[in-house]
Amino acid sequence: MTDAVIRLEKITRHYRMGSEVVQALRGVSLSILRNEYTAIMGPSGSGKSTLMNVIGCLDTPDGGAYWLNGQEVSRMTDDALARVRNREIGFVFQTFNLLPRASALQNVELPLVYAGMPGRERRQRAESALARVGLGDRMTHRPNEMSGGQRQRVAIARALVNSPSILLADEPTGNLDSTTSEEIMRVFADLHAQGQTVIMVTHEPDIAAHAARVITLRDGMVATDVLQQSAA
Amino acid sequence: MALSTIWAQKLKSFFSLIGVLIGVTFLIAVVSIVQGMNVYMEDQFANKLVGLNTFQLLRRPSIQTGDVSSEVRREWARRPLLTHADADYLSERIRTPVQFSRQCDGPVSLTRDGKVARDINFIAAEASYFGIKNYEIANGRAFTPQEVRAGVPVLVIGDLVAEKLFEGLDPVGRDVQIGGIPYRIIGVVAQQGTLFGISLDKFAVAPFTAPGRRLVCATNTIEEFNVQAANVAVMQQAMGEVETLLRARRGLRPTDPNNFHLQTAEGALEGWRKISAVLFAALPGLVAISLVVGGIVIMNIMLMAVSERTREIGVRKALGARRGDILAQFVVESATLSTVGAIFGIGLGIALAFTVRSLTPFPAAIAPWSIGVAVFLGVAVGMTAGIYPANRASRLDPIEALRAE
Repeated sequence: MTDAVIRLEKITRHYRMGSEVVQALRGVSLSILRNEYTAIMGPSGSGKSTLMNVIGCLDTPDGGAYWLNGQEVSRMTDDALARVRNREIGFVFQTFNLLPRASALQNVELPLVYAGMPGRERRQRAESALARVGLGDRMTHRPNEMSGGQRQRVAIARALVNSPSILLADEPTGNLDSTTSEEIMRVFADLHAQGQTVIMVTHEPDIAAHAARVITLRDGMVATDVLQQSAA
Repeated sequence: MALSTIWAQKLKSFFSLIGVLIGVTFLIAVVSIVQGMNVYMEDQFANKLVGLNTFQLLRRPSIQTGDVSSEVRREWARRPLLTHADADYLSERIRTPVQFSRQCDGPVSLTRDGKVARDINFIAAEASYFGIKNYEIANGRAFTPQEVRAGVPVLVIGDLVAEKLFEGLDPVGRDVQIGGIPYRIIGVVAQQGTLFGISLDKFAVAPFTAPGRRLVCATNTIEEFNVQAANVAVMQQAMGEVETLLRARRGLRPTDPNNFHLQTAEGALEGWRKISAVLFAALPGLVAISLVVGGIVIMNIMLMAVSERTREIGVRKALGARRGDILAQFVVESATLSTVGAIFGIGLGIALAFTVRSLTPFPAAIAPWSIGVAVFLGVAVGMTAGIYPANRASRLDPIEALRAE
């Protein structure tokens, strides 16, 4: 229990869509250990996006409890959640979501800016994060001067720069061709090998196959939770 | 970051800046031009026409501001003329330490060797006149009280007269004729420049006792009596004294109004002060209107920016930006935008002021406080206009914002 980075207990979340109430999560309980490589799968409408938002502290559950790295985060204020996102979670998005007018380095520095880190240290940390994803020679390039794979690696560097407890990736290869997808999966595997906890939301089975553990959601509940032998 | 965003949308930024730009341009230009006119009116107009710490005793005002009714004009015409006897009476009795000079003047022609200088203001005065007028003698000398007593026909001429009649030659020691009477030139006054485009160097000063005075004054009368004091307080005292003395001499009862006029630079400036006060009173209103318009435009631009950059806001929030961080970002952007507008406005205002300065005689000078106010207004308008859009941005739900396209 002490080594669980994430512990969810009976998480519920519903939305109001017009007059209809959608039960997105109907009591999800699960734990993810430090340095686990987990994929969350499920068809659309299964609640995986909502679960990702809750895990990423972008959303708060209506019921249940969520401990992230020992902290109860399910009842926090917006600003406290912002702090948790900044320190504990590294986001990787399907569409990269880099700031178009900022250089790779500036993009990677952004979380450190919000952490209040002084400029020089920020720069060093951002440079080493970019070097870690193999982009040491692309620091001053802007996103539109880079390929999709390079952009996603900048996004990964940005996610890692604050040494978060979890790397949370939402369809990280959804906008990439299969060769580039493999390249990004190798980056994830390397990070996992270096001790990083990785959680990846995907609907592609061959991407999920890279993870050591696959959790499948169906109708807002955990359907299956499988440890895979074949993974890295 | 804020500047690069502005730069990335140059055209849109430019239009959004116009309101603030116009407001600030107006502020800087009007303040500097009106202040320049003030300086001009006080230094040049009043002091050159009347003199510093000087008042003039006249039959009626010679500098008029505003309309004068025909009734007032008729009253002026009924007033007694000032005489040499009046001047003697005042000179003997005035106890306040002052310089004074009686004066008559009028246009004459100066001739020399067939050359004619027309429409020269011929001034018959006392030796103290040069001190009162603050005339510097550039060449030769002024006439002395002895020469005034003796009625010697000597002449001190203005710069333009010297140029017209002598061009290149030294006029000192040479003779000119005024109405057939020969005068010897003994001095030339340093150049005085122009006032509203009219030269102040077209004059010739002679002792009031010299034979030519009948050209400009009727027998025994004078046009004005100039009195100069060391400072304003002494001048006020001397004015009071002159008023009392002349009223007594003319036997006016306490209820009678003065049948003479005491004219000061202050008085002459009164009309101008009114105009300047109206301009300054209207200025805040005009500046406020354009700044309010500018603020509204900036607010709309910022609202557009917020909706265009919703996803960016979502990303920033996901990366740990708190509500205050987003708020600050957009307020700073808005303030930067507006301040850039203000800076361009300051530049344009200064350019306008200098244009006026080079095209008119007004020494339009940039008031440092107006630049300070302009920068402050730029920042304040931007911040105020930015608060509402920034607040909207800061309240965006990160999940929704990330989904935006």
